[in-house]
Amino acid sequence: MADQILDAKGLNCPLPILKAKKAITALPAGGTLEVLATDPGAVKDFAAFSRTTGHEIVEQTIEGNVYRFVLRRKG
Amino acid sequence: MADDSGTKSLSIIVTKGTLDWAYPPMILSTTAAAMGLNVTLFFTFYGLTLLLKDPKLRMSPLGNPAMKMPMMGGHMGMPNLMSMIPGVDSGATAMMRDMMKKKGVASFEELRSLALESDVRMIACQMTMDLFEYTLDDMIPGIELGGAATYIEVATQSEINLFI
Repeated sequence: MADQILDAKGLNCPLPILKAKKAITALPAGGTLEVLATDPGAVKDFAAFSRTTGHEIVEQTIEGNVYRFVLRRKG
Repeated sequence: MADDSGTKSLSIIVTKGTLDWAYPPMILSTTAAAMGLNVTLFFTFYGLTLLLKDPKLRMSPLGNPAMKMPMMGGHMGMPNLMSMIPGVDSGATAMMRDMMKKKGVASFEELRSLALESDVRMIACQMTMDLFEYTLDDMIPGIELGGAATYIEVATQSEINLFI
């Protein structure tokens, strides 16, 4: 279970990333954020976001049209 | 150039002030800031419109043959002649805003606020402010004035420099 859940369903680029950045910054180092998104572009974008910022994607699943990412805040 | 902390930088010269062209600089600057970059936007000529307190952004199909809107299951362009008809530009603007809302695209004003919140540096070109007779009172708070040299200094220190 992630420390925090961000529902970004229905939001389009770049809002899921912007909201995820805000939410993850509010967590302590090592804290986890679960993001739910329906934007298919989110798959590549969260990977790029993770590589650039160092906030690791620890889990990634697809259920129906909902993409779920769990990010861990950089230590 | 990455600064001492390794932070990279992006600069964008923003020259356009229509509803459609308002998006690329705002999307790229907010995203870059979210990814940890230092971002500077330099607004000149019609780009200054994007800094107005009440920008009333509009767009036109005139001179824009690539603007094909989804309509009745297909995509429809508009002949230039149509733009002469009063109300066509307002209609195109309203249609775009409506589509954006339905597709979960942020409003321009929302992105602009997010950019300011994430410390995107916004510089209004002093020369074009004078040219179009704008004052800082017309503009949103949190911006600064500068000229070409100010921008070039920023550009020499940035890994990514774009012109939109």
